[in-house]
Amino acid sequence: MTDIAEFEAETAPETMKRGRVVQGIMWALLIAAVLIAPALLYPVFAMQLLCFALFAVAFNLLIGFTGLLSFGHAAFFGGAAYIAGHVLKVWGFPPILGILTGTLFAAALGWLVGLLAIRRQGIYFAMITLALAQIVYFFALQMPFTGGEDGLQGIPRGYLLGMIDLSQPLNMYYFVAAVFLIGFAVIYRVVHSPFGQVLQAIRENEPRALSLGYNVDRFKLLAFVLSAGLAGLAGSTKALVFQFASLTDAHWQMSGEVILMTLLGGMGTIFGPVVGAVIVVALQHMLSGIGSWVQVVIGGTFIACVLLFRRGIVGEIARMLKVGGWL
Amino acid sequence: MSTQTLTKPMLKIEGLHAWYGESHVLHGIDLELAEGQLITLLGRNGAGRSTTLRSIMGMVDRREGSILINGEEFITKPAHRISPDARIGFCPEERGIFASLSVEENLMLPPTVGENGMSVEELFEMFPNLANVRKRMGTRLSGGEQQMLAIARILRTGARLLLLDEITEGLAPVIVKTLGRVIRDLKSRGYTIVLVEQNFRFAAPLADRHYVIEHGEVIDVIEAADVEASMDRLNHYLSV
Amino acid sequence: MDPMIRLILAQGMLGLNNGVFYAMLSLGLAVIFGLLNVVNFAHGALYMLGAFLALILYSNLGPWLGLDALHIGFWPALVLAPLMVAGFGMLIERFLLRRLYKLDPIYSLLLTFGITLVLQGVFINFFNASGTPYPGMPDSLKGVVNLGFMMFPKYRLFVIVFSIIVCFGTWFIIERTHIGARLRAGTENPELVKAFGINVPLMVMLTFGFGTGLAGLAGVLAAPIYSVSPLMGANLIIVIFAVVVIGGMGSILGAVVTGFSLGLIEGITKVFYAPASNTVIFLLMVIVLLVRPQGLFGKHG
Ligand SMILES: Nc1ncnc2c1ncn2[C@@H]1O[C@H](COP(=O)(O)OP(=O)(O)OP(=O)(O)O)[C@@H](O)[C@H]1O
Ligand SMILES: [Mg+2]
Repeated sequence: MTDIAEFEAETAPETMKRGRVVQGIMWALLIAAVLIAPALLYPVFAMQLLCFALFAVAFNLLIGFTGLLSFGHAAFFGGAAYIAGHVLKVWGFPPILGILTGTLFAAALGWLVGLLAIRRQGIYFAMITLALAQIVYFFALQMPFTGGEDGLQGIPRGYLLGMIDLSQPLNMYYFVAAVFLIGFAVIYRVVHSPFGQVLQAIRENEPRALSLGYNVDRFKLLAFVLSAGLAGLAGSTKALVFQFASLTDAHWQMSGEVILMTLLGGMGTIFGPVVGAVIVVALQHMLSGIGSWVQVVIGGTFIACVLLFRRGIVGEIARMLKVGGWL
Repeated sequence: MSTQTLTKPMLKIEGLHAWYGESHVLHGIDLELAEGQLITLLGRNGAGRSTTLRSIMGMVDRREGSILINGEEFITKPAHRISPDARIGFCPEERGIFASLSVEENLMLPPTVGENGMSVEELFEMFPNLANVRKRMGTRLSGGEQQMLAIARILRTGARLLLLDEITEGLAPVIVKTLGRVIRDLKSRGYTIVLVEQNFRFAAPLADRHYVIEHGEVIDVIEAADVEASMDRLNHYLSV
Repeated sequence: MDPMIRLILAQGMLGLNNGVFYAMLSLGLAVIFGLLNVVNFAHGALYMLGAFLALILYSNLGPWLGLDALHIGFWPALVLAPLMVAGFGMLIERFLLRRLYKLDPIYSLLLTFGITLVLQGVFINFFNASGTPYPGMPDSLKGVVNLGFMMFPKYRLFVIVFSIIVCFGTWFIIERTHIGARLRAGTENPELVKAFGINVPLMVMLTFGFGTGLAGLAGVLAAPIYSVSPLMGANLIIVIFAVVVIGGMGSILGAVVTGFSLGLIEGITKVFYAPASNTVIFLLMVIVLLVRPQGLFGKHG
């Protein structure tokens, strides 16, 4: 969605210099914000922000860097939350292993869903992912271990590495912060690797990438698995934080919310999804008193973003600072 | 340039610029023709001849300059008002036959833009091949049948100014000959025609004047009477 | 009659009854997609809007106006509500969607998703989230008819017959009339149709109105069967998307046939393994994607 002129400007030497500086500042800000957040916010709220930020960052790998609109990412987020919750609660897995199990499950599920969905392009891709995610939702509703309408409750936080008590809010917070930063760094590395460059080439012009000899479907599938896996990491972590997994996490409305976070922050930007997630979650938090008007506000924000603000917040800032691609 | 002075041009284009997206394709086209005349637009591939016709029809992303038809300015008209208000019939490159419409439906598709359009019977008389395939779908026509249909459907509308883009392209010599007869016939009936052609031998005997276009500009205008004398120039313009 | 066969027939009829809604909604979606290249996520919400308009015309309008005796019944609602939904659809097209045609179609999907959230949110605020029964079913359609293998509600039979007529009528208009020819031509090459002097933007607006009107009509038909709830379209739209993926979006007849058949299949699944009836359509979608990714009626490519 960036055009060629912009891309050329991006690679001009002065832009690169300015871009590096601005990006460095953003990294510093992000890390600082993550570290001091518990001093300013309730730890649980701060952790919620981080989980959704990670979810949005994972989602952005597809929409922003590969050009695929998945409308079913709640399946990975919510599905992983249930699986992690189950192994933590019933099988007594330690926290890290539980989260990893959820993540692996989401990646495997992503592989299956991706395999089917990449058989169609564009708008069909979105419809297929939405429909497949609905299967996961029905499983979450009907399987014996998920707790149906009530969700899976009473997930223990446990002890990290057998020593650190995660029921202490600050311990839990810094664990979640570490998970977030690792996930964020993974996406950053992927986007800036040769693999990420190919993904962006596919986004810009799929037939051209194909004619250059890339196995486009394989790249798309891999991106899908990665994105699903990291969405699962976010979902598993959220299950551990809140100690329950619920149908909301797997519902299509959640898939819509993660799209909004990414769109609002800036699709295809590095830091945008984090900003978008923070705003959307904070908005929901502040408006929780007005009942389902929240939905109206979210929907209205969606409409406004699509009509007026397609670059998103960080995308607009990047354009104003002329550092497209560096934020 | 030896343009004969026209008392009252039917179509007069001045300083026409056109864009597809960001790309600036026409850089100031000037041309004119009087009622009943036939002009051709010649030039190499990609010169901007089709774009000139498409600009008249409002089928480009942006256009500037002046397009007067019977004295009325059309440069700012919305695309769907141009054909009815200027009584234009447009026959696009690649013929533009609709695959999901039958021959009859294709024929009836363009709305009437003026009186004295030909009746369906007259058209089937003019193009007997079409009468036999009237129920067939647009996709299942030969190139020649498609071309005849594309011309027939604009004659039905009562248009008086015809813009025809590469109507002989890819057709067998017999059919090209038939089309030549048709165009001559239309001219004798008083239609005003702009012809975009690669096939100069087809166009030469029909035209009153030739406009040579290159890089979106008119680089030469040759009157029919001067064609013999300008053959070297023409060969130079059109050689690949 | 063998009780098993009787059960299959009975569930089949009920399934067909759901298929009515699949067919009408995917038909509208296909008509819109054909001309506008827009996947209208709000289709389910507009279906819900149609049902609510019927309910409001019957139950709420009178009290709002201070005329307690005023109940605008089913038959007028069957005309009025779809027209109102169509009008609302046309406003959406004219003022919102139209700005997005030059962009990737995912933006129009997201826009209509936003509209869905807004509509749902508004109705959740003003009406019971768990549903309100529609009290306006006409007396002439109350009761049951004996189909030989079961007693079938008269109203549901009416819905099946009526919607078959509507679907066939839509097919006829699009495939066999002059207006339909313009629509098909516009689907293929809107630029050229415009150059022929046809007001394509107007045609696009009316088409969107027609497609959304069909959704509204389906909503009115649904009101006496299901309870009218703000979320009635939410899960339905996802099923409809699966129907569309299965059928392929290219064909009008394909949308109708796929819609009815999937309703039937879903109903019959209930006989054999009830829990799977929620997901059978999605599973069929998976199978279709594996063996014929372009959809049963879709064109290659
Ligand atoms: N839809 C379009 N988008 C962008 N550029 C276009 C488009 N159509 C044509 N062009 C460009 O505009 C220029 C003029 O094209 P045009 O079709 O008018 O040429 P022409 O003289 O008709 O030649 P020919 O039909 O023989 O190729 C060409 O450089 C072409 O690449
Ligand atoms: Mg051309």
